[in-house]
Amino acid sequence: MALSIVHRATGLALYFGTLLLAWWLIAAASGPSAYANVQAFTGSAIGKLIVFGYTWALMHHLCSGIRHFVWDLGYGFKANEREALTWGALVAGIALTVLVWIIAYAVGGGR
Amino acid sequence: MVEFALPKNSKISGGKTWPKPAGATETREFRVYRWNPDDGKNPSVDTYHVDTNDCGPMVLDGLIWIKNHIDPTLTFRRSCREGVCGSCAMNIDGQNTLACTKSMHDVGAGGAVKVNPLPHQPVVKDLVPDLTNFYAQYASIEPWLKTTTPTPQKEWRQSHEDREKLDGLYECILCACCSTSCPSYWWNSERFLGPAALLQANRWVTDSRDEATGERLDNLEDPFRLYRCHTIMNCAKACPKGLNPSEAIAELKFKLVERQI
Repeated sequence: MALSIVHRATGLALYFGTLLLAWWLIAAASGPSAYANVQAFTGSAIGKLIVFGYTWALMHHLCSGIRHFVWDLGYGFKANEREALTWGALVAGIALTVLVWIIAYAVGGGR
Repeated sequence: MVEFALPKNSKISGGKTWPKPAGATETREFRVYRWNPDDGKNPSVDTYHVDTNDCGPMVLDGLIWIKNHIDPTLTFRRSCREGVCGSCAMNIDGQNTLACTKSMHDVGAGGAVKVNPLPHQPVVKDLVPDLTNFYAQYASIEPWLKTTTPTPQKEWRQSHEDREKLDGLYECILCACCSTSCPSYWWNSERFLGPAALLQANRWVTDSRDEATGERLDNLEDPFRLYRCHTIMNCAKACPKGLNPSEAIAELKFKLVERQI
């Protein structure tokens, strides 16, 4: 039940995160000063935390969504499979988030 | 509709601690939900001490011991005491299960055995929930063989393979542990059929002898009756018979899609 709630919570968080993404794209389209504002916000400690949270929400929702997809196809209902899928989604979501950030820092150098 | 807080007259307050049985060397503490419709008071949790040397190992044995030796007013349903009738379904240590098949030694390592009625159902008295809605939903899926061909001279025949398809479905004892553990059922119990009734619906849809499969599926094709299931899986976790209502519901959803292609 807990992971079902987390799936929904991350889904809700994605709505707000997508607003952030839209802001970034609109700023990029409207000019250097607007873009610099967004960069300043996402570069700050709070901004970084929010973007990190958004990354996790996206990755977790993706993995958890795949889990639900497997169930909708009629597989993975046995008790051990159910637990494995659930833990798998949780761990994979966190692992992918960390991976994305490691790559982001390696490529972009934290900008 | 769901209620986030209990109504004022349902809030649990206080409770009596009954004296330990005299001369008992080993006791186990039971904390049992009590509510009497006649005294106008709020529900409470009473504390009892069961003499484990004078009592069977199951939670139901403990409750019967309390009723016989301490407090004859304690009310609960029970019948077969071996997990085939489904009467003694209740919430034990936070999990819906049958009191007769749950050993008190498996509950919270020596701590108190916490016993409550099945969640989110009206209470009749103490541990007895009102399951009228639950039974009406079971009746609504028309759980009997429906046929149009003339009745054969002898029995309706079924191959071994077709009979095997009913394994994991026919064993349901309608104890309501699954449905009352389902958050979707808590929210929409008046419109969502719940895991127990849906598992039974799949039992009749799957039956090779039944000739009303299309009609049954039509009746389920509804955003609430079937599709309020969001694969939360509490039902499969709760079932004291080890059945898997969420899998049965997934099969129903699959059959609804399948017949369109």
